[in-house]
Amino acid sequence: MENKVIETKGLTKYFYDPIKFQVLKEINIGINHGEFVSIVGKSGCGKSTLLYLLSTMDTDYEGQLLIKNELITGKKDNELAQIRNEKIGFVFQFHYLLSEYNVLKNVMLPGLKLGKYSETEIKNRAMEHLKTLDMEDQALKMPNQLSGGQKQRVAIARALINDPLIIMGDEPTGNLDKKNSDLVFDILKKLTLEKKQTILIVTHDNDFAQKTNRIITMEDGRILL
Amino acid sequence: MMNYTLILNIATHLLLARLKQTIVAAVGVTFSIAMFITLVSFMNGLNDLLDGLMLNRTPHIRLYNEIKPSENQPISLSKEYKNNTNFINSIKPKDRGKSIYNSKAIISYLKKDPRIIDVAPKITTPVFFNSGTIEISGTINGIEVLSEEKLFKISDYIIDGNVVDLLQNNSIIIGKGLADKMLLTKGDVIKITSTRGNLSSLKIVGISQIGIADIDDSMSYTSLDTAQKVLGEPTNYITDIQIKLFDMSLAAALAKEFEQKFNLDTIDFNTANSQFETGSKVRTIISYTVGIVLLIVAGFGIYNILNMMIYEKMDSIAILKATGFSGSDVKWIFVSLSLIIGIVGGLIGLFFGYIFSSIIDVVPFETASLPTVKTYPIHYSGIFYLIGIVFALFTTTIAGLFPALKASKVDPVEIIRGK
Repeated sequence: MENKVIETKGLTKYFYDPIKFQVLKEINIGINHGEFVSIVGKSGCGKSTLLYLLSTMDTDYEGQLLIKNELITGKKDNELAQIRNEKIGFVFQFHYLLSEYNVLKNVMLPGLKLGKYSETEIKNRAMEHLKTLDMEDQALKMPNQLSGGQKQRVAIARALINDPLIIMGDEPTGNLDKKNSDLVFDILKKLTLEKKQTILIVTHDNDFAQKTNRIITMEDGRILL
Repeated sequence: MMNYTLILNIATHLLLARLKQTIVAAVGVTFSIAMFITLVSFMNGLNDLLDGLMLNRTPHIRLYNEIKPSENQPISLSKEYKNNTNFINSIKPKDRGKSIYNSKAIISYLKKDPRIIDVAPKITTPVFFNSGTIEISGTINGIEVLSEEKLFKISDYIIDGNVVDLLQNNSIIIGKGLADKMLLTKGDVIKITSTRGNLSSLKIVGISQIGIADIDDSMSYTSLDTAQKVLGEPTNYITDIQIKLFDMSLAAALAKEFEQKFNLDTIDFNTANSQFETGSKVRTIISYTVGIVLLIVAGFGIYNILNMMIYEKMDSIAILKATGFSGSDVKWIFVSLSLIIGIVGGLIGLFFGYIFSSIIDVVPFETASLPTVKTYPIHYSGIFYLIGIVFALFTTTIAGLFPALKASKVDPVEIIRGK
């Protein structure tokens, strides 16, 4: 309990379009510090919906969401933005790199937004992360000059820049071939082992899930134990 | 706001990525601001020219004797009918003479008044100019040459000869229309008959042209002395006292004050020339309206381009929001975008506005009716440029605000899940 990075209490969500439909039913989960957790389940079981509630981007739900024992439910838009900036790193199926900026600047952007460190320091940290991901020689390229796997690694570096409490991933390997997919998994695994980084990944790739510490299986808006 | 440099940085990168569209949007602003500046400068130049045409020749206040009936008719003095309502038919104006009584004392009093630049006495009288057997009616303005020149710059309108030559005895400057009709030139002698039949011969020392045919066809200048001689009046005979003020907005109030103090009729320039003010106002309204319409059109251009940009950049907006940029940060990014377009486009517009005005300023504009004007008139004023840039910023901000609000409301979950 005391070491829980993220915790939900009776999380319930409805979709209203086209008809009222309960997607999530009284979800209670807790993720401990340093865990590598995957959420699996069939398409439409609500696993992505759960992730977006946990990410604080979706605020339309019932129940409570706590990050580091702090109640997040009911906070304002800019407070939530601040929390996402500081405490959560995202990796999506699509890389979402800004095509106007080079790789380095893309990685630096959330750090610049946080403004905790000076620009040179953020640059150094970004280079550090790119180096661990074997991407330092691509730092000054534009995103459209990279391959899919490389883009996803840049996205991971961006997620890491503010030393987040937790990294959340929505099918981060969904668009990648086997080789790149394994590469991304290895990177994430290394982060939990070496840096005790908490990671939560939504996936329907069972091979991927099997290799994580803990698997949460969902069905019809409920968690199966 | 600490993050502002970052927001600005993102905005500029978005702009540079869409350089062509940005330039099109900015050119719209540039064009409208340049046209606004040019139009307002030109219209105001025209206003100055036309006002000057009137104001330079019109005293701020004129003191004179109006021909009118006595205000107190004999019956109102009678005690017997005091409480009755009296109707009087066929009243005739009283002949008090056009001469201003005690004019010398009034002039020396007015000259000491600190609100007054200077005072110019004048005699206006109708005469006949004789050419062979033909008589042409006209007027003589007897002026005190030096003070008239100081107040009204009449030398601007003398196209031949010199105004100080009027100081010679029996000299006259006649209007161009008059000279053409009577085939007279400088150096000739003109014969004049006053309304009382006095005949005199004056030497023409100059030709004047004001630009209003009616006046040029009938008017002439002589010195006060000459006019008094022509009329056969004593040296204290004056029909008008013209006053110019330091602050012309006081004219109406001072006109009233002098009317009571000297028991004379007075008229201020605004009352005498109200149609000029109307014309100026209409021209100003037209130029501002056209300027604002142009800016609104430019505003729609910006609105369109930003809207398109937002649809193109949905992904970027979503990830910015996911990684910690709040709705208001995103809003500011797009407002800054719009403001950058407004500032850059506006400043270049001011520059081009200045260039265009300068070009118009040297385009020759010669017309017989305006002898002092050689090129099209332009009024340069910092105020126009200030208004221009404020307009530009205002419209671009408004045009950017709506797309920016839309962008700030983008739900990142919807975009990211949609992929």
